[in-house]
Amino acid sequence: MDIKYYIFLSIALFVIGIVGVLTRRNAIIIFMCIELMLNSVNLLLVAFSKMHHLANAATSATAGSEGQLFVFFIMVVAAAEVSVGLAIIVMLFRNTHSVDVNFLNRLKH
Amino acid sequence: MKNLILLIPLLPFLGFLINGLGRKYLSKTLIGIIGSGVILGSFAISVYAFLNLGKFTGEKVISSSARILGNPVLHYYDFIKVGALRIPFAFQIDQLSTLFLLIITGVGFLIHLYSTAYMHEEKQDHFGRYFAYLNLFVFSMLLLVMGANFVIMFIGWEGVGLCSYLLIGYWFKNVDYTKAAKKAFVMNRIGDLGFLLAVFWLIAKLGSVDYSYVLTPGVIDRLSTGDIVGITLLLFLGATGKSAQIPLYTWLPDAMAGPTPVSALIHAATMVTAGIYMIARSNLLFSAAPLTLNVIAIIGVATAFLAATIALRQNDIKKVLAYSTVSQLGYMFLALGTGAYVAAVFHVMTHAFFKALLFLGSGSVIHAVGGQQDIRYMGGLRKKLPVTYTTFLIGCLAIAGIAPFAGFFSKDAILLSAFASNKVLYAVGLLTAAMTAFYMFRLLFITFGGSFRGTEEQAHHIHESPAAMTIPLIILAVLSIVGGFVGIPELFMHGGEKLADYLSPVVASKEIQVEHSTEWILVILTTVIAVVAIIIAWMRYRSYREERKTPLARALENKWYVDEIYDAIIVKPLNKLGAFVNTVIERGTIDALVNGVGKAVNYGGRQMRWLQSGQVGNYVLLMVISMVLLFVLQFFLRK
Repeated sequence: MDIKYYIFLSIALFVIGIVGVLTRRNAIIIFMCIELMLNSVNLLLVAFSKMHHLANAATSATAGSEGQLFVFFIMVVAAAEVSVGLAIIVMLFRNTHSVDVNFLNRLKH
Repeated sequence: MKNLILLIPLLPFLGFLINGLGRKYLSKTLIGIIGSGVILGSFAISVYAFLNLGKFTGEKVISSSARILGNPVLHYYDFIKVGALRIPFAFQIDQLSTLFLLIITGVGFLIHLYSTAYMHEEKQDHFGRYFAYLNLFVFSMLLLVMGANFVIMFIGWEGVGLCSYLLIGYWFKNVDYTKAAKKAFVMNRIGDLGFLLAVFWLIAKLGSVDYSYVLTPGVIDRLSTGDIVGITLLLFLGATGKSAQIPLYTWLPDAMAGPTPVSALIHAATMVTAGIYMIARSNLLFSAAPLTLNVIAIIGVATAFLAATIALRQNDIKKVLAYSTVSQLGYMFLALGTGAYVAAVFHVMTHAFFKALLFLGSGSVIHAVGGQQDIRYMGGLRKKLPVTYTTFLIGCLAIAGIAPFAGFFSKDAILLSAFASNKVLYAVGLLTAAMTAFYMFRLLFITFGGSFRGTEEQAHHIHESPAAMTIPLIILAVLSIVGGFVGIPELFMHGGEKLADYLSPVVASKEIQVEHSTEWILVILTTVIAVVAIIIAWMRYRSYREERKTPLARALENKWYVDEIYDAIIVKPLNKLGAFVNTVIERGTIDALVNGVGKAVNYGGRQMRWLQSGQVGNYVLLMVISMVLLFVLQFFLRK
């Protein structure tokens, strides 16, 4: 399958993620949108990796494996981030009884 | 002996400490006794040193020159030691310095004694302050003349300037007096800068400031003519400041703001002679620079003449004496400039006697009439102040140069030297001598002759001063009569010129090639002119009449407007420059720059604050916009 379909899909997912982060106020949804963006990048990385491997399989058996390595990195980091982020959201909820991020500006008071 | 000599300056310094620190606790009598006593002690040691001068030989001598060889340099410790430069704290006790020691401590003691009575109405702690300053002044002056190198001299040089400032501004509640003090200080500082530069120059060229090294023919020969002229001119600039010569003389008349004994001590007898001492001390250096000597002679005679003209029409008793002091100092510089160093030192000595006498006499008059200084409101004091009158008359005769009073011999020596070197200098000097006689007797007749012109109350108050004031007057009067005989010329007495013989190891004396007959003519001419001037003054002023206000008289009364001219060409432009620097450079540029940085940061911060709204959405939006911008830059601009 042509690589451009993967790229279009990734861009679509990424833009949905951005718009979600920008427009929504619910922290959980923002969080999910961030995950969406991360995963769109993951998808792109895997697609490029595969393409790269097909083009260079004759010279190197491991060609394109770096992209997949990156994906694992991102997943690990994302997992760590989720644990921290969810903890923050829990604390936010305890303090404000809401998960609306606009209430976060109360921190400055 | 070495330690005893150290006591000469140390005693006044002790007196300064005791009187200065204990001024609130000591009684006035005690302060007076301490203040005068320490000076008397210094005087006693000075006399001892004077009598035992021969015994100093055998002390360590640094110089290899034959001229100074045998003169004692009392080395105490190394004052400054930097690299090859070594400036010792050392005193030089030779003929010249002992002579000055005697003048300073002797006349100084009389003035201290006089002050105990004159200042008696001051409050106790001010009385103590006065004596502390006076003692500090004597200490500085002693350092100045005793130092064995230019740096020690400079310490004293600055010290007397400081004390002069403190004492002129003694009545510091009067704004005019403090202004006069500031003026004296600033004027002195201008001269001091010249002195300091000369010292640096000496160090740069010779690496030493010791008299015993620098002031020897072999060493002076190593300097180029330009160096010698530069150094001597700068030293002379220092002398014009301290000794009140053109162009820096205007501080001295204003210095009359201080108490009268201060004027007698500082501005007549001692401090103002520092310049003459310095030049006489370095006479070898100056003799090697004929150009400088010419400058000195011309400045000296011009100052003598100018000050004498101003003195003709002053109405303040102390101002007349002040200008007369400037004029007499001009004479001394005329003597120095024509190479007659001995005559200059001689005149310093006689002048110290009669000018201190005149100042103290004027103080006695002021004391009698209750603080009045304007001679137009005096008169008729002859009967009421007999001692003051007699001594004042002697002082006037001495300064006018009437034989056989002290001023006659010294002034004659100066005029003779001027005659031998340049007839124009002599003519101006002679004219000045005539004016001197005239204005002094004008002062005498207006003050003591006629009838009293002050208020009834003052007339009732007039009384002769107490003994503590009249005794110094009498002693000084005696000295003014006999003081001239130490320098009596060969003309009158075989084996004369004792002073020149005495000073010959230190001060070169000039051989003046003049026939005895010419000398007689000169002496008679001077005397006749002085007598004629006195007679004119007697005819004009024996009974007081209002003086006419011709334009010339007004110019004289206003001191030729010199102060106004200085004000216009120096003070005002400097003030303008200062104001300009203050507004444009200081506030307009530097302050604006510094404050501008602060303001910019402040303003920037206040604007940036809006970015930190705390709204997470805003942050994210900004982040996204920034990233988009970065992408745009990356793809479309950076090709």
